[in-house]
Amino acid sequence: MSLPADAVTALEKFQNAAGWEQRARLLMQWGDRLPALNDVDKVDANRVHGCESQVWLVGALQDGHWQFAASSDARLIRGLVALLLARVNGLSAPELRQVDLPQWFNQLGLSRQLSPSRSNGLNAVLQRMNELASLP
Amino acid sequence: MMIPSPWRADFPAIAALQRQDQTYLDNAATTQKPQALLDALTHYYANGAANVHRAQHLPGAHATQAFEASRSKVAQWLNAGDSGQIIFTHGATSALNLLAYGLEHLFNPGDEIVISALEHHANLLPWQQLAQRRELKLVILPLDANGLIDLDAAAQLMGPQTRLLAVSQLSNVLGVWQPLPALLAMAKAHDALTVVDGAQGVVHGRHDVQALGCDFYVFSSHKLYGPDGLGVLFGRNEALKQLRHWQFGGEMVLDTDYLHARFRPAPLGFEAGTPPIAAVIGLGATLDYLTGLDQDAVNAHEAALHDYLLKGLEARNGIRLLGKPQLALASFVVEGVHNSDLAHLLTEQGIAVRAGHHCAMPLLKSFELAGAIRVSLALYNDSEDLERFFEALDQALELLR
Repeated sequence: MSLPADAVTALEKFQNAAGWEQRARLLMQWGDRLPALNDVDKVDANRVHGCESQVWLVGALQDGHWQFAASSDARLIRGLVALLLARVNGLSAPELRQVDLPQWFNQLGLSRQLSPSRSNGLNAVLQRMNELASLP
Repeated sequence: MMIPSPWRADFPAIAALQRQDQTYLDNAATTQKPQALLDALTHYYANGAANVHRAQHLPGAHATQAFEASRSKVAQWLNAGDSGQIIFTHGATSALNLLAYGLEHLFNPGDEIVISALEHHANLLPWQQLAQRRELKLVILPLDANGLIDLDAAAQLMGPQTRLLAVSQLSNVLGVWQPLPALLAMAKAHDALTVVDGAQGVVHGRHDVQALGCDFYVFSSHKLYGPDGLGVLFGRNEALKQLRHWQFGGEMVLDTDYLHARFRPAPLGFEAGTPPIAAVIGLGATLDYLTGLDQDAVNAHEAALHDYLLKGLEARNGIRLLGKPQLALASFVVEGVHNSDLAHLLTEQGIAVRAGHHCAMPLLKSFELAGAIRVSLALYNDSEDLERFFEALDQALELLR
């Protein structure tokens, strides 16, 4: 299964990042580029709970392909979410089920963001995405 | 100005953390342990573990002796004298739950329980849930601008309907000594029971439960450089008479048949099942270690470090402190910066501080904040720890702004 174009770009950038500072700058750049979420979507029903910051995630199948949109009031989690969307947007439902998302963040050098004690919410976002994706 | 800690080498984990490039400044959450405690645990497990208060055999006698010696050491640490008993629980949280269940029979619908706006969830939720079970009113004492419980408001809010006052000695978010003598006097004037949550307070300075005059005093071992899984409940003798048994099981019973039972008085009657024996023995060793320190020197060191922390925070732009911390810790937010972002970048740089609501969600909401960063100090911290924190803070803010 080939990577979406955005994911290829992300992988290239992050794998070449030297040190935490550059990774942080990249994360913020990716977060800044995340398309704004409509205010109507920033409602409690779309809130991802279990995050220190406010995170919203919506997703729908369009012509058989997933399109997720998300936002957060914190910049680094917004960057992490942007990297997540870069990997999954445009996938078909069976493709999405096969993606190993922890492995994706591992490839980006960001696996620590998924450790169980992290309360930044990336784990919660992944779980929410799984819930959305498994809805009939 | 350098502020070295003469006790740093007594805590082997500090050097280990340093080798992992970690600076530990989350001491209000839990503390590192002195070598004396590690030695005591090893000695106990290496020389024969046994259950306490049950067996007549020699290992059982040794374990019981060490266990009860720890009870005496805790009583001495709090200067309990003959005024009450020390009950071992599985944590401060379980001690407060023991009180909320064991005193439940004293409350009638309409009675009032008084807590303050700064309580940790452990000293909020047991009372909140008791109030719901018994249709009681939970009264919340407000704070003044400095983070102190407002005594004028307290005088208004407490009255003959007040049956119990439960307050923290030192907030885990605001770092201010609360005006306990005045509050306890008000509660006593209304014949209310008094509970002091000493989870943070017990770690700083020495406290005398007889001078304090509270009915119950609660703390957790792991914040006082002791093992985790262990809490302490001091109860005054008269107050303990009103405490009903809560958890039932081994060794808390005097005699029983299949249908009825009679229970032991405090302390053993409130220590159902096998207690955390090694942890109790370990806490005894920690208290021996702490007793051997020059308490004035420890206080002076902690005060100097706290001053250093506050000055460093004040010297930076856009930092807003929560309340007016006097000791032990400082919680803050930075204008225009999300505390989650700041926490992320401090973590990247090996700074172990706490970000979030600090188990005091209502208090953070009252500041209209979802969270804050908290730096909390221990006797083994030094000014270099704080310098590393400030460097990391500056780096993080430079990236974020």
